[in-house]
Amino acid sequence: MPEEASLRPDLLPRLGAFARLLHDAGLEAGPRRLTDATRALVHIDMKREVDFRSALRTVFVSRKEDIPTFEAAFDIFWAPPDPRITAGVIPVRSRALPMSPERAKAWSSVLGLNASQMNREQNPREVPTSSSGYSAEELLRHKDFDEMTWLETEQVRRLLEQAAWRVAERRTRRMRPARAGRIDLRRSARHAIRSSGELMKLFRRRPSMRRRPLVLICDVSGSMERYSRLLMIFAYAVARREDLEAFVFSTRLTRITRLLRQRDVDKVLDSVTKGVHDFSGGTRIGTALGDFNRKWARRVLGHGAVVIIVSDGWDRGDPAQLAAELDHLHRSSHRLIWLNPLIGSEGYEPLTRGMAAALPYCDDFLAAHNVQALDDLGRLLAGLGRRPAYK
Amino acid sequence: MQVNTASPATIDDVEARLRERRYIGDRALATSIYLALKLEKPLFIEGEAGVGKTEAAKVMADVLGARLIRLQCYEGIDLAHAVYEWNYPRQLLHIRLLNESEDRRLAEREIFSPEFLLRRPLLDAIDNTDETPPVLLIDEIDRSDEEFEAFLLELLSDFQVSIPEIGTIKAKKPPFVVITSNRTREVHDALKRRCLYHWIDYPDLEKEVEIVRARAPEAADGLAREVAALVQGLRGMDLYKVPGVAETLDWARSLAALGARSIDTSLVDATLGAALKYQEDLEKVREKVPALVEQAKRA
Repeated sequence: MPEEASLRPDLLPRLGAFARLLHDAGLEAGPRRLTDATRALVHIDMKREVDFRSALRTVFVSRKEDIPTFEAAFDIFWAPPDPRITAGVIPVRSRALPMSPERAKAWSSVLGLNASQMNREQNPREVPTSSSGYSAEELLRHKDFDEMTWLETEQVRRLLEQAAWRVAERRTRRMRPARAGRIDLRRSARHAIRSSGELMKLFRRRPSMRRRPLVLICDVSGSMERYSRLLMIFAYAVARREDLEAFVFSTRLTRITRLLRQRDVDKVLDSVTKGVHDFSGGTRIGTALGDFNRKWARRVLGHGAVVIIVSDGWDRGDPAQLAAELDHLHRSSHRLIWLNPLIGSEGYEPLTRGMAAALPYCDDFLAAHNVQALDDLGRLLAGLGRRPAYK
Repeated sequence: MQVNTASPATIDDVEARLRERRYIGDRALATSIYLALKLEKPLFIEGEAGVGKTEAAKVMADVLGARLIRLQCYEGIDLAHAVYEWNYPRQLLHIRLLNESEDRRLAEREIFSPEFLLRRPLLDAIDNTDETPPVLLIDEIDRSDEEFEAFLLELLSDFQVSIPEIGTIKAKKPPFVVITSNRTREVHDALKRRCLYHWIDYPDLEKEVEIVRARAPEAADGLAREVAALVQGLRGMDLYKVPGVAETLDWARSLAALGARSIDTSLVDATLGAALKYQEDLEKVREKVPALVEQAKRA
């Protein structure tokens, strides 16, 4: 086929429609990709379906996770009409969807806000006001998450977003010019050349610093239901400022990092509920962490990451498995922190089987039931040293 | 044998030439390579460790009769290591040897000439005078950091480098760029957008047998099949680090070196370290070696 041959004219609109379908399924299929696709197809023997498929795949797909979506879209779009194939079977990636009237209802059921709390929202008298010497904010900071109204959670979100802490830094391997530090031979020599080869001045350099990445693994099973919404808001607030990878689990693990990147917190919450299919199910912490260790650890635990697990430790799985997975996770992270919202409740002791199995492998075991507790976590993260806790 | 190094004319041609060089890839990879050449776009290859990403680039260089220029990425890699650096010791020496009376300005121009330049892989790939443009392999880009990625993005869009003392150097013939990633972190979308993408999966049993025969010919035919089947069995297990094709080859070579023509429980047990690199995985698999061996012999 000659180099300048052009695409069959009837194919172009179909290709455009296919790109739109991919776009709707969450792939990046902009004009640039479409142009590449038309250019690519010129070089392909269109009668060979495998090559046609591969050509479009290599152009439109740019990450492994998108391959199944692409294959399904291709099958539906380019296959000859077949009554057995019905529309709507593309595994659509979660995207921000427009608001729907059912949303509030869906949220209240998924995130554990009961009807009376929903009603209280409408009631301005329930807004915490200044009384007994405490400021409203102070009261809010110490209020348990599971007692909060919808409106209060909104205020909490603002508090979390304004929290002053930042995660501690680690040294990188990249060097930066500095006043003090090791001698920067390259710069010193360069300067010397400009001054007739005399080493007049020594320049110095030191490693540049970077914030440690955070990995949040959040239990959203039934027993954690009351805390899920606030923990998602916490994740959202942290993702605004820090390098955060976030996962949720109850029976299985789902990555929500990309979902958290949307600007509107309500859209985030919405797509997390839609994208996570086992909200409020049973708990298998060991299985979920095993999943994380095998599929994600190598990808997200580089660069001295700090791992935060949020769970109450109510586990229906095997404690031995939980211990083994935590041991592995502990060894591959800079610091392993377990947040348990139950620590806040009076007289709590980590007696659940899961918690007992987990404790030896956690560097820190902290509460997470109110804003104050999350602030404490923030202070801990800000003060992390250069070396791992105990290893 | 006359080796044909003209640019491949068809996908079949790419496939055949990869095979000639004992690289057993699938047709989708051949398609991606072919299109990358035709559209003159970089090829971004992802896949688990040890599935033959780097090898694909090496073989491509051979197929094209081009020079392979490899840039191994690591955390903190900077322009001085990736693009160019002045040879300061030589410059210093040179300037000290100059006579006092000589014109300073002239001297400075002299020491900032290409002669005193240490050319690193990226400059080498851009400022090439090769008949056939070189293959530039940017290996394990996921190990570098975002700063370097941003620089690469710029480089890949116009294939030029500017050196303040010399000027802008633009590629007469842009290199064929292959970027690989093990996905230890997500590479930025903007960079991927400039590339064609290919995911290399683990091969199925038949393909893996073929790979072992091609790459580890010292392993007897029956042994090749058994080792491939063993590894396929291991991939089905719940392991921290699943063995790649590189491990299959290591394992086949190890067994062949021990004079084995067929596997048995004790041989597998003794050489398990060629395939598994985590203590937990070794412990888990050790218990199941007899069953795995039996299963592999039936495959």
